[in-house]
Amino acid sequence: MGKFFAIIVVIIAIASAYPIIAHKYVQPEDISTHGHAIDEQLSDTMAESGFAFLGAQFVLAFFVWRFTARKDGTKVSHLPGGAKLMVVAAFILVGTEVLALGVFGQKAWASVYFTAPKPDDLQVQVQAGQFAFYFRYPGPDGKFGPLHPDKIDEGNANFFGLDPANDVEARDDVVAAELAVPVNKEVHLLMHAKDVGHSFYVRELRLQQDFVPGLDLSLHFTATKPGKYEILCTQLCGLGHYNMKAYLDVMTQEDFEKWMKEKISEQ
Amino acid sequence: MQEASPAQVHAPPTSFLRKHVFSLDHKVIGLQYYGLALAAVTLGMVLSWLMRFHLVWPTVAVPGLSLISKVGAPGGIITPEYYLSLLTMHGTLMVFFVLTNAPFAAFGNFFLPIQIGAEDMAFPRFNMMSFWTTLAAFLVLITAFFIPDGPPISGWTAYAPLSAIGSDAGPGLGWGQTLWAISIALFCAGSLLGALNFISTTLDLRAKGMTLMRMPICTWAWFITSCIALLAFAVLLPACLLLILDRTAGTSFFIPSGLVVSDRLQPHAGGSPLLWQHLFWFFGHPEVYIAILPSMGIVSHVLMASMRKPLLSAKVIIYSMLSIGFLSWMVWGHHMFVSGMNPFSSLVFSFPTLTITIPATIMTLIWLGSLYGANIRMTSASLFSLGFISMFVSGGVSGFFLAQPSIDIYLHATYFVVGHFHMVMGVASIFGVFAGTYFWFGKMTGRMLNETLGKVHFWITFIGTYCIFMPFHYLGLVGNIRRYSTFVDDFMGPLMPLHKFITIAALITGAGQLIFLFNLFHSRFWGKPAPQNPWDGTSLEWSIPSPPPWNNFGDVHPVVYHDSYQYGVKGSKGDYVMQDSPEQVVGG
Amino acid sequence: MSSTTYTPVAIPVAQQARTRVNVVARSAADGASRSGVWVAIFAITMSFAAFTSALFVREGGSVDWTHLVLPPILYANTLVLLLGSVTLWMASRAVNAHALLDSHAVKTVMGWLIATLALGLLFIAGQYEAWSQLAAQGLFLSTNPNSSFFYVFTGMHILHLLGGIAALVYLVGQLVGSHTTFRRAAFHNTAIYWHFMGVLWLYLLFVLRTKL
Repeated sequence: MGKFFAIIVVIIAIASAYPIIAHKYVQPEDISTHGHAIDEQLSDTMAESGFAFLGAQFVLAFFVWRFTARKDGTKVSHLPGGAKLMVVAAFILVGTEVLALGVFGQKAWASVYFTAPKPDDLQVQVQAGQFAFYFRYPGPDGKFGPLHPDKIDEGNANFFGLDPANDVEARDDVVAAELAVPVNKEVHLLMHAKDVGHSFYVRELRLQQDFVPGLDLSLHFTATKPGKYEILCTQLCGLGHYNMKAYLDVMTQEDFEKWMKEKISEQ
Repeated sequence: MQEASPAQVHAPPTSFLRKHVFSLDHKVIGLQYYGLALAAVTLGMVLSWLMRFHLVWPTVAVPGLSLISKVGAPGGIITPEYYLSLLTMHGTLMVFFVLTNAPFAAFGNFFLPIQIGAEDMAFPRFNMMSFWTTLAAFLVLITAFFIPDGPPISGWTAYAPLSAIGSDAGPGLGWGQTLWAISIALFCAGSLLGALNFISTTLDLRAKGMTLMRMPICTWAWFITSCIALLAFAVLLPACLLLILDRTAGTSFFIPSGLVVSDRLQPHAGGSPLLWQHLFWFFGHPEVYIAILPSMGIVSHVLMASMRKPLLSAKVIIYSMLSIGFLSWMVWGHHMFVSGMNPFSSLVFSFPTLTITIPATIMTLIWLGSLYGANIRMTSASLFSLGFISMFVSGGVSGFFLAQPSIDIYLHATYFVVGHFHMVMGVASIFGVFAGTYFWFGKMTGRMLNETLGKVHFWITFIGTYCIFMPFHYLGLVGNIRRYSTFVDDFMGPLMPLHKFITIAALITGAGQLIFLFNLFHSRFWGKPAPQNPWDGTSLEWSIPSPPPWNNFGDVHPVVYHDSYQYGVKGSKGDYVMQDSPEQVVGG
Repeated sequence: MSSTTYTPVAIPVAQQARTRVNVVARSAADGASRSGVWVAIFAITMSFAAFTSALFVREGGSVDWTHLVLPPILYANTLVLLLGSVTLWMASRAVNAHALLDSHAVKTVMGWLIATLALGLLFIAGQYEAWSQLAAQGLFLSTNPNSSFFYVFTGMHILHLLGGIAALVYLVGQLVGSHTTFRRAAFHNTAIYWHFMGVLWLYLLFVLRTKL
């Protein structure tokens, strides 16, 4: 039974590692300026923990193979070095790994959260509500009109609760159901939750941030490749959660200006 | 006026009710907890079957399901909101009523007093109340299935404000969510009483000669776990009370102003959704260790009897468990890396999270290193213990990814997380429960489990759980989001074959558990009578008959002369010396 | 730790036979109930720490935090509760002074216990009066965060105090019945718990006074 256990463990370990080593399941191509740091961190961690995983499983298999159901009267013996060796090994192996990952990982985190948005970035407000995202651009005046939750009226497409009759800034605000941004331009995303918690997740951007009701957070990113990418809600928000998505449309500067003109004329 | 001390020694129960239902006997209470966990795990597993089934065959009707919920599954087809109900109930049942009850409350109640040589728990009445409160919590939770609105849909984490607003936010968030909050509050109260008992019993009712360091490792694990539980549930209980007030009394602890839900401006102001997350995860992360520490203890205990030698160092294992228990209080923020907390705190929480892998690695290396030079007896209990090590490693390494906030930006809320915690706290912990069951069933019931069935059960479960949960990691790497009832998104289409594979594996592995259930019920009545010490163990539970008499040690008080690791030494009975044997130990 | 390093334990022959059960178990159980009280106090402290941190977080991020004038009767109540601790301390002195409780000692102890019980009930009545005064000002549980926390804190404290009241009733019941026995450990544990309730209330009063 010991030998059988060993064989199964080795098969499981190799079968588990194969799809990773063969790159069968990988993250999509990165289209952000900060994503490569996260990807690098991910592949470093994969190498280190893959090594730990395979090593531990193989040692387990070998010991069980070797030390199961030996002849009666076989004297048990102990690993030379004993517990001290194990403790030292754990501190050296994992301790350095912890330090390395911890320290290098900070850089990737800092690139997302600790850099100030550029002053000339494109400001877009995103509102998450059950079960849709809406995006608002400040329009030619560069200013967002204030929000009035009591004025929200989905039937009349007033998703944000704007009051153009009284607020001058709100009159030229552009509201869209997709997030159109120019390529290679920093976007400053102002996040607002209308009802419950939601999250903003774009796999290709390596970006995920929760919406917290009552707490307006912001994010900034630069997309580097034109195309259409899915924005998903990743925070359980109710029955339509699985269907809450929008598109990020990264376009050239000219296309973006054209798009914006069309939107303004629609308003 | 006479003076006396409390009658900790209770009289033998005579009536049927006192013996089997409202029993003060820690052994009966342990069995009751085990039964409750068994009911909960069966239900929880069926729910996971339904979820897996729905994910890959969303249009195929599940026969009979419409009888249980006409609204949730019209014609047997699960609606998106019913999927979320299933998910919420599955998580709640498994985390609270299975992973807390089975390894900790069930085995702990049965064996902790015996292993320290006590006649019963310190407060038998509290102990009984603890079980009945937990049972009430279970029944309240289950009631949610049968109310018109259905069970809650906010996940086992019940993030506010979704969980706090009420039925405006969706079906199940009316009475269903209130029942959930009441159930968890009751569960907290029951667990607090249990933890109180465990701690006092361990501190004060140890037999003569049973020093703290002579206690078996699993006793230590239960003791440390009860210290963690005492603090964790003492925080979750207030959180649940505040949630209940927000839901029913119109307060605004967790609900901010200006929320428009279902076109209705909510009459709340100023609350903080992050407050719920902080309180919840301050409990929630230690809860992970409440689930896994007892299994670590059980596995260490079983392994020594299987290997016929002590672990390289029991002390190091105990100190590692203590440091895990200590560190578990500083890491709750790693559940909230992308939740809108100050980004600086994410880095602060990341370090203790990574550091906690050091004691976990030490324990793994001690288990592995101890196998060297052993003479392993391959029983079902041994297999599950070895399987535990394999599973703990597999689930543990993925923790490296999630402990780093930068990687968590990408992997948060994906199946990678689901794979990680299912393996490391779910499956690993359950493997500990299985090991304990095969090891102790004879002691608990007086009948041995069938070993052949046990081994078949192991192979199906071991290979099956790997087939289910390893692919979860692959899905997560691609960015597959959790808690989605249907994969409508473009990139998830190509992942469907993998999802089908997982579902089929889950159905087979789940069916394999029927072997275990059959074994339990069949052996309970027709199994081989259990000898006093079937596995040549050394700890006190093996010094008394199977099953033990109502007062454990009969009329005698055991005296302990050794620690419980006297394996591989020369004793008069074989290669081991019992803890209560006055024999002197001759070098091995 | 290898198996060869065990030092042989010298065991007196007399101990080798398992000893018969004797009264030793009693003191262990008394010890357990003492630990039990301290463990419970620890858990309750943790709970109120959670409530307090909830208050801090809730105050921190909000714009609707107002000011609440505590009903002055709270200070009188505080005095009543502390006086209860004093009477209970007198009871402890009486218990400690007598190795065996004769009928005279029983009377003294019972007198102090009943005084404590009465003061405890008076405190609860006083807290109820404080609630009524707030309600008369239109301040209810859900009126604003300050009133919410006021009701929650005071309510939870009373809930815990009821446990102490029940223990006092139990002790008095023991002294009244002629055939029952008196448990010193139960008495001392009740006293520890009751004094803790006083300390807890002082802490809560401080928090309510400075934060609300």
